[in-house]
Amino acid sequence: MARLTKMKIKKAGDKHQVLVLVNHPMETGRRKDSKTGQLIPAHFIQSMAFKHNGKVVAEANMASGVSKNPLIGIEILNAKAGDKVDISWTDNKGENGSAQSAIK
Amino acid sequence: MKRRTFLKGSLTSGVLAVAAGAGLLKPSQVLAAAYSEAAFKTEISAEEALKAALGMSDMSDSGDIQIKAPLQAENGAVVPIKVQTSLPAEAIAIVAVKNPAPLTTYVNLDGAGGFYSARIKMGQTSDVHAVVKSGGKLMKATQQIKVTVGGCGG
Repeated sequence: MARLTKMKIKKAGDKHQVLVLVNHPMETGRRKDSKTGQLIPAHFIQSMAFKHNGKVVAEANMASGVSKNPLIGIEILNAKAGDKVDISWTDNKGENGSAQSAIK
Repeated sequence: MKRRTFLKGSLTSGVLAVAAGAGLLKPSQVLAAAYSEAAFKTEISAEEALKAALGMSDMSDSGDIQIKAPLQAENGAVVPIKVQTSLPAEAIAIVAVKNPAPLTTYVNLDGAGGFYSARIKMGQTSDVHAVVKSGGKLMKATQQIKVTVGGCGG
């Protein structure tokens, strides 16, 4: 199942802020299901790569210490109009997702 | 799958142990490619986690790092943290000292600006370090965040 992955690029002076929102539960593996009393298995995004015109400029690593529906932001430098920004993520169950955008 | 995870985990920690012991390898170069499960383990100290993630744990305070975060978080499940630095950053980590897994997230930067933002979970009131790796050294800024309702499961 593809998870909703959204990307927003905000201009901040001569830099561009890239914000990524993924619809993901980020389960720790320590939480119990209130109905069954069973532990909910851990399920979280492990890494997210940010590409600027095909070059990886940032690689975020995380585990279940990041909130549900993570919103991750980085800043890219020297970006021009039309530059491509690609992001992709993978989680501990092998699910993945990506989003593409261009700088306006 | 289980075997693969195990192999990956033991390989990573093996490499780390050798590198840390001999001081020959730069573990950060090794870890830049592979996800480090050791860095996000629970029941370890912030220093151990940083060592696994960034290859070092000696930090000095720096005035060039700004943390933008609430002084008091009403909901520990979602605590927005923004880190900004004027230093040429190679990596930025967010550490909530009293969390079961102190290292919440970190980012390796290669050509991107000195900025990282994420929303983290916090189990209880704790100091939060923004750790920046720059020029082969770790620098940090610290802010205490008060949490009224914890967000680490349970």
